[in-house]
Amino acid sequence: MTTDTADSVEAAAIAPAADAGFLQRHGQVIEYILIPGAALAGALVVFGGFVALFGKNPLDLYFYMYYGAFGTWFSWQNTLTRAAPLILTALCTALPAQLGMVIIGGEGALLIGALAATSAALALPSAPPLVVQCAMVLAGITGGGLWIMLAGGLRQFRGVNETISSLLLVYIALAILNHLVEGPMRDPLSLNKPSTREIGAANMIGTIPGMDVHWGLVFGLVAAVASYVLIYHTTFGFAARVAGGNIRAARIVGLSVGRLILTVCFLAGGAAGLAGMIEVAAVQGRTNANLAAGYGFTGILVAFLARQNPLAVIPVAILLGGISASGGLLQRRLGLPDASVLVLQGIIFVFVLASDALYGRIGFLKGKV
Amino acid sequence: MADGSIGLWTVPLAVFGGAIRVSTPFLFVSLGECITERSGRINLGLEGTLVMGAMSAYGISYLSGSPWLGVLAAGLTGALLGALHAGICSLPRVNDVAVGIALMLFGTGLAFYLGKPLIEPTAARLPAIDFGWWSDIAQVRAALRINVLFLIGVALAPLLFWAFKTTRWGLLIRTAGESADAARAMGHSVLLIRLRATMVGGFLAGIGGSFLSLFYPGSWNEGLSSGQGITAVALVIFARWDPMLCLWASLAFGGAAALGPALQSVGITSGYHLFNAAPYILTLAIMIITCSPKRTLTGAPAELSITR
Repeated sequence: MTTDTADSVEAAAIAPAADAGFLQRHGQVIEYILIPGAALAGALVVFGGFVALFGKNPLDLYFYMYYGAFGTWFSWQNTLTRAAPLILTALCTALPAQLGMVIIGGEGALLIGALAATSAALALPSAPPLVVQCAMVLAGITGGGLWIMLAGGLRQFRGVNETISSLLLVYIALAILNHLVEGPMRDPLSLNKPSTREIGAANMIGTIPGMDVHWGLVFGLVAAVASYVLIYHTTFGFAARVAGGNIRAARIVGLSVGRLILTVCFLAGGAAGLAGMIEVAAVQGRTNANLAAGYGFTGILVAFLARQNPLAVIPVAILLGGISASGGLLQRRLGLPDASVLVLQGIIFVFVLASDALYGRIGFLKGKV
Repeated sequence: MADGSIGLWTVPLAVFGGAIRVSTPFLFVSLGECITERSGRINLGLEGTLVMGAMSAYGISYLSGSPWLGVLAAGLTGALLGALHAGICSLPRVNDVAVGIALMLFGTGLAFYLGKPLIEPTAARLPAIDFGWWSDIAQVRAALRINVLFLIGVALAPLLFWAFKTTRWGLLIRTAGESADAARAMGHSVLLIRLRATMVGGFLAGIGGSFLSLFYPGSWNEGLSSGQGITAVALVIFARWDPMLCLWASLAFGGAAALGPALQSVGITSGYHLFNAAPYILTLAIMIITCSPKRTLTGAPAELSITR
């Protein structure tokens, strides 16, 4: 391009889909990889400095993190197992983000989905496994979906801020789960750790042939790809993005914003509810307080790191799954507390958000080296 | 003897005592958040600040033997986290809600990490003033053992109300919250005003956290705060950014949160977890009643992203 590059970049920033030059379009893609990557690297350096304060060698830290996450086939399987629910809970934040909503209640939808799925399985004691599994999937999606749809509905019809309401719903979901697990749904045989009855070994969804990773990973991948297609290749997704960009314009062109919000929130909660169903049907085999393992909160970080793009959620979830998979090794080999994974996640989150300031400001991508 | 004589009165008495005990962290966090939001920025990270405050207060009190040094440390930790929030938010195109979520996760993670060695030891706790000396009934005395921090918080609410209304600083904060352009035109740095407002807010939230670990429940563990910080942030919204209303709302919340333990003490244990969720359900219910999709909330600072 021989035109004034700075001007066309500004034009591209205002309307990314407009007629931008080849370099500029490339520049944007490079930015989307370079900036989060740099933020991640910066966070790792700061975390290395943090553990160095406690007398640990940062190089050991990086080695064990890599080894525990991606070093062996065993750690890869551990990582992928953890990535499966993260993909789904990240969608719970990424889908409403297309509408400009910040939903952070994926943990609550996961718990309600798990409860609903467990109830479905326990209600069908003599049905064939495939029927039970389908019922669990449906129940998990419906339970989680309605839970987040509640936050969306409150925003649409009562103007209640969805960020705060969805987080409050997490604590309410946890209370409901504890109440049911210690009361009406308690298995009298679960003495130390109150739990529901088991869904039965025959109803577990099992592992993908040839590896020790459960089918939940496939559920997650399918959901992420389907979300991507829905958002970027359907009229529904286009309408959602229009409403997210300018809600008044969307109303003027006659989009039913209320229905968009409710549907997207249902799908988002459904994804997190599916994560809950998977944790029950592939890992725990029953519902108890173990399910509140923080997948919902890490999912928020995954969504922001992936810049709310459903496809980018997949590699980011694997990365963050790897970090949490390496937590055990860090505990055993370096004597770091289990909360060190939380600290690292927090630092990454802070760096990623601060790096938002860099978009469109990197000199060499603008052509003025 | 005393038990039998007051019978079911135990419940309202325990709720009253609980309202005073449990409301203190709500009160400090909501007053702090009130200052921050009046300046035009929302800090959702106060949940993390609360936990960090609780941890650092417990640690310093354990190491130094002085609970008041612990309170000071909690406040300073909170101010530091507030400065971090304000610093990141002052970068261009950074969303304050998202930064708050990040600091919520960061603060809790850091507190769990640094607080690992503090779960075992016992730290010096804050003293309480015994206002129930005139009574023979144990429950009355228990309900009237009131902590100094609560009294400070109660005094702080009208002080802030007055400060917002009449002082130069109050006016500056409100100007930054209502119209950043106006504040800029007056020659003030909006970012600097918000930095200070967020730091003061974090300071108060940290002190709220110190109350959790040094008085009630009075120990450090990872389940210490479960959403009190975020509930207090919601509380500011329906208190209409008015410090006096924050005080009444905090008391109501403390009462709601004390309901579960109070009922348990008279033998009603079924639904214990549901009663524990009462503050969250109450918050949600009040938000549903008081919010409206048609108009922005009365009293909302115009620059606040969350109500626009």
